[in-house]
Amino acid sequence: MDGLSLNNPNSLHDRTTLNPPLWLLAELTYSCPLQCPYCSNPVDIANYKDELSTEEWLKVLRDARKMGATQLGFSGGEPLVRKDLEILIAESRKLGYYTNLITSGVGMDEARIAAFKEAGLDHIQVSFQASDEELNNFLSGTDSFKHKLEMARQVKKQGYPMVLNFVLHRQNTDQIEDIIKLAIALEADYLELATAQYYGWANHNKDQLMPTREQIEKAEKVAHEYQEKMKDKMRIYYIVPDYFEDRPKPCMNGWGNVFLTITPDGTALPCHSARLIPELSLPNVKDHSIDWIWKDSPDFNKFRGYDWMKEPCRSCDEKEKDFGGCRCQALMLTGDAANTDPVCSKSPLHSKLVDEIRVIEENAKNNIVEKPLVFRNMRSSKSLL
Amino acid sequence: MNKDVIPSLSRMFRFQWEEAQQCHVILYPEGMVKLSGSAGEIMKHVDGQASVNSIIQTLSDLFDGADVGDDVVAFITEAKSNGWIELK
Repeated sequence: MDGLSLNNPNSLHDRTTLNPPLWLLAELTYSCPLQCPYCSNPVDIANYKDELSTEEWLKVLRDARKMGATQLGFSGGEPLVRKDLEILIAESRKLGYYTNLITSGVGMDEARIAAFKEAGLDHIQVSFQASDEELNNFLSGTDSFKHKLEMARQVKKQGYPMVLNFVLHRQNTDQIEDIIKLAIALEADYLELATAQYYGWANHNKDQLMPTREQIEKAEKVAHEYQEKMKDKMRIYYIVPDYFEDRPKPCMNGWGNVFLTITPDGTALPCHSARLIPELSLPNVKDHSIDWIWKDSPDFNKFRGYDWMKEPCRSCDEKEKDFGGCRCQALMLTGDAANTDPVCSKSPLHSKLVDEIRVIEENAKNNIVEKPLVFRNMRSSKSLL
Repeated sequence: MNKDVIPSLSRMFRFQWEEAQQCHVILYPEGMVKLSGSAGEIMKHVDGQASVNSIIQTLSDLFDGADVGDDVVAFITEAKSNGWIELK
């Protein structure tokens, strides 16, 4: 038996043959009523006004399924903004996808949750920003906490498996125990404690969001304690921030290996942050078939397998475990997407990353704020361009 | 294991044939498990009606009287511990 999970990245099959895009992430829109400063969308969202039509999305779903995609995530922005979501869900179910709705809960009510069920939605992931109303509403830039609680209860009541997702960063990491207790009270089946990944808006706000090592050590202990305690009732995924590790994460389970992201305007990406790598040609589903994009496009072959690697990755005996880490991180921190992810202690630029974290941590301890937290919205996006 | 128990798929999981991969899979939130041929054959008969005993009998008949008892029990035990199935 061969397990494959987002959270179990080491159990991948062999790479001698080209795998199908098992995981399709459909980013339906960049519109979102929330303004989370750690959003993984690109900061230049204001540049992308075009959205695929219903018909175009239906074609994407059919073509990717034909290639073997099984897990489907509807994401965004906030996917609930799309009025055709029910139509897309119904078609996905018919095609045999396991369909996940990744949502803030804002834009949903009891009736719409029931309509999704009727259409065949398999599971709902509701995101929270914090365990208390004040911080949640501050971080999301909306008055959404009470509504989220109500939606989480409805999701359970209507019989869905429920994943609760909290993105952790300096501002909320210390309340990890309250977060876990909230998830228990809401009877979540899975709890994802995902450390902010520093791309897009989160990267812009890194100085305010990066937790200190001390915070992480405490949080990790609490997470492990509850993982054990809740073993048979709720699965807790705690994802350690890779900046504090000595080995990189096996990003996306390897480039062009499992994940296919389609952005609101139809651009196909090997991961949802890849748009920031300048040398990509960014194929669009309006111009090319998904089959060509996955198998033959220069983008999806660029960092596929091991031939593209430089030293120290090329001769490293761990390359099949972590695929050299994250290409976007390599680009952002070293200027070259083909370099070893500097999280790796074997990277010649690792010490630069360590120094950068030390400065951020020092500033955090001394409460030095060099620039304000920028909230994710179209206005900030335009002013950052 | 008491072979009179009746296994059924847990609410959280879906079991289906994947044409592109030529195998049965179990799907759950954000994950998938590919089943081996024999595991897929066993899961096909987990329908919330048949007992473990009757699944063993059915498969044995299907495979010319082969002794599949141990394999079925081993798989059902593992599937239960992974939470894929419930026993009643």
